[in-house]
Amino acid sequence: MYVPHTEAEREKMLSTIGLKSMEDLFQDVPAVERFPDLRLDPPLTEMEALEELQDLASSDETTSELVCFLGAGAYNHYVPSAVDAMISRGEFYTAYTPYQPEISQGTLQAIFEYQSLISALTGMDVSNASHYDGATAAAEAVSLANAHFRGKRSKVILSPALNPQYRQTIRTYNPGTELTFIGDNSGVALDDSPEALIPLIDKDTALMIVQYPDFFGRVYDLSKLAEAAHAAGALLAVSAYPIALGLLKPPGEFDVDIVTGEGQPLGIPLSFGGPYLGFFATKKDYLRKIAGRLVGETVDNRGQRAYVLTLTAREQHIRRERATSNICTNQGLIALATTIYMSLLGKNGFKEVANLNYQKAHYAAKRLSELEGFELWSDEPFFNEFTLRCPIPVAKLNESLLEYGIVGGYDLGLDYPQLSDHMLLAFTEMNSKDDIDLLVEALAEVSHD
Amino acid sequence: MTEPLMCELSSVGRTGLRFPQSDVPESALPKGFERERLAWPEMSEVDVVRHFTRLSQYNYAIDKGMYPLGSCTMKYNPKINEAVSRLPGFSMIHPLQPIETVQGALMLMYNLQEMLKEIGGFAGVTLQPAAGAHGELTGILIIRAFHASRGDTKRTKILIPDSAHGTNPATSAMSGLDVVELKSDPNGNVDLEALKAECDDTLAGLMLTNPNTLGLFDEHVKEVTKMVHEAGGLIYGDGANMNALLGIVRPGELGVDILHYNLHKTFSTPHGGGGPGSGPVGVVADLVDFLPAPIVDIIEEGDEEMPPLFGFVTPEKTIGRVKAFQGHFSIMVRAYTYIRMNGPEGLRRIAEHAVLNANYLMKLLKDIYHLPYDRICMHEFVLEGQWDDAPDVHALDIAKRMMDYDLHPPTNYFPLIVHEALMIEPTETESIQSLDNFVDVMKKIAKEAHETPELLKEAPHNTPVGRLDEVKAAKDLVLTCNLEAKP
Repeated sequence: MYVPHTEAEREKMLSTIGLKSMEDLFQDVPAVERFPDLRLDPPLTEMEALEELQDLASSDETTSELVCFLGAGAYNHYVPSAVDAMISRGEFYTAYTPYQPEISQGTLQAIFEYQSLISALTGMDVSNASHYDGATAAAEAVSLANAHFRGKRSKVILSPALNPQYRQTIRTYNPGTELTFIGDNSGVALDDSPEALIPLIDKDTALMIVQYPDFFGRVYDLSKLAEAAHAAGALLAVSAYPIALGLLKPPGEFDVDIVTGEGQPLGIPLSFGGPYLGFFATKKDYLRKIAGRLVGETVDNRGQRAYVLTLTAREQHIRRERATSNICTNQGLIALATTIYMSLLGKNGFKEVANLNYQKAHYAAKRLSELEGFELWSDEPFFNEFTLRCPIPVAKLNESLLEYGIVGGYDLGLDYPQLSDHMLLAFTEMNSKDDIDLLVEALAEVSHD
Repeated sequence: MTEPLMCELSSVGRTGLRFPQSDVPESALPKGFERERLAWPEMSEVDVVRHFTRLSQYNYAIDKGMYPLGSCTMKYNPKINEAVSRLPGFSMIHPLQPIETVQGALMLMYNLQEMLKEIGGFAGVTLQPAAGAHGELTGILIIRAFHASRGDTKRTKILIPDSAHGTNPATSAMSGLDVVELKSDPNGNVDLEALKAECDDTLAGLMLTNPNTLGLFDEHVKEVTKMVHEAGGLIYGDGANMNALLGIVRPGELGVDILHYNLHKTFSTPHGGGGPGSGPVGVVADLVDFLPAPIVDIIEEGDEEMPPLFGFVTPEKTIGRVKAFQGHFSIMVRAYTYIRMNGPEGLRRIAEHAVLNANYLMKLLKDIYHLPYDRICMHEFVLEGQWDDAPDVHALDIAKRMMDYDLHPPTNYFPLIVHEALMIEPTETESIQSLDNFVDVMKKIAKEAHETPELLKEAPHNTPVGRLDEVKAAKDLVLTCNLEAKP
């Protein structure tokens, strides 16, 4: 498919090259292994492929068929129509990384605008062009800190309330460094505030990472944490939920050093886990240690404003084994999609959607905490996600909820044995009051079965 | 041209999307946490759509024309792939949904794992890595974990040929391995003597790109893999150039132990202006237990009445997880569709015509541009972009001039081992008309280089912007601006 050559053209080309057959092109390939029989199904036409893919897709139950209260790192938000319409333009999605700025100004200016929007959202000075997702963006915060201290500080403190998948990813990334990871294995109680981590900070601490709101949904003031980290010369990174920043103080106001996060809530479909977007913003001071691509403004030889990839000497294609990261292809089109989302909503629409999320979750919390046997795990402020203590195991509850067409919350016992029977529930603008009332009724019924 | 920035299109009080009124009783906002200001633009939907439509028109793209970037495999991206990736059953499912509700997605992932195993000659595949470099990181971490599991901790040396992609050394250094560069022999192969000298008991492995970035299939590949294996090392295969090998040879059968696939190159998923990619990794039987978690497997066998139940499993000695969730699923949907539509004969046809196109161009250009390695090439080849009798003209000038002829330039200044490199990969989706046009343009430019070199030095002339002041960009470092509406 998609090979335009006719038989006559193929013959003409072979004779131009001076070969007799297509096989002659592969004379360097060892004969014994050459031309294997691939045991794959025979080719399909477009009509047949569409039918097969539709069959597969239709055996999944979607978030529009079910009522979904799952969050835990990916959120069911509304995606405005203009987002997909714009990223479906071939000029955007079939372009390469903008290495040739004269014919890539579309991509470059969009990234510059993305960097500007993310910096404003997080309250930081600069943002890069993206990482793979929220987990790897957090892992790159560790790399930045390690590079900043030139490997001379060996301790990284991970809040136990940082997304467990992020903590796993950070550890996977670092077997080659001298870093040790503490904080989530240091006996700090889960119901403590992040300030309980302060005693762990010392002169050997490179970085502390916390989440805002944290994995359990709680919102804490992080200024004391930033103060304590800075007093020891350490850096503080925060993994933030972007929609929450429409309503809540941005982490920059707590004087944190790095803000990362998962950009999926900003107009990216759930798509069973990806592709999403890792955003990464920091203070000017750490700019030269940032991984990944950066776009800067400049002028062309005709005096026009124009944009170009800059500070490329940090990157792998120039610096090879001395690069700050190996990142090459990142999430260009997804960053573009979030840029379109952020510009469509703008400052007013974004505040509106953030408020809707907040209101729905608080209504749900009030209703659920009135249910017999259920209780909010924490009385700290929260945004759109919270932890609910349940009278029976979460797996059992969720199984029953599914019969009502409800996807219940995340079973926290899977990651935190001490929180078995605790469910993490997320609410967004996609959940109507009726959906929430249905959840309350269903939980009342199934918890008594 | 200059497209306004969002702030220049904004007006206080505008918005591009309205949300429904809240249908729940109002709760008070948390005291002390309220955000005071968000410096974002205020635009209508029309403003936004026109802004991004205009921006898109300043881009070059495969949909506009040939994109012969070496090592990037800029082939046509079929439209059906885009359509199926957006089916609600794929795009509207949460990654943590109960597995009973996502059997279609899991079956697709399982089948894609199986297909990639078959195509590459491997025993196991993970779909989790997000891009090629991420797949490399996964592979190198597997090499470390394999040696560590045998208590073989002194193996810290990784060999990387001097023609390798920059991500290879960057990945190895990131994983704490010591990088030793291996030189190429005069034919562009791995230098066997140099390799032999490094084969000792500190050898962790060799990162091999085959065909290499010169577009040459290593004539001694089996000797190379054998030598490394005999020294106790593993072979990492950089699959960036897999487009030349589909149905031609399985890397696993040549002694490659680990290989990443770039779904966004070989399997036609779009590059998106710099991602998202997808970099699945295949491994041989000895390494299956080290794959990152989770991978998809059959967790309950089916029978005549019930289909099997697919779910996630964690390999026994897993290196851990390399990102959140299970990978770039919607990219997998596209690659799956592409493989299904091609079938085994279609895949071989892709590689054959990618190689045919490259050799055709090489043949027609090698008398005009110096070809440092004159052998049958695979899917790409490298020319020198300089002439002794036109000393002021460089590869960069040729690249910039090509834009004036509505072509995207080849990769330039890579691989580093060729002076003034122009690395050309046409891919199989270019027709003979398109290739002949490319040759005509390259010939015209060679002529101009000798007769009117200033045309090249000042190029491009016909693009939305001219050459950029990159020094100013790096010196002034304007990386953001305030996009708020001006009051």
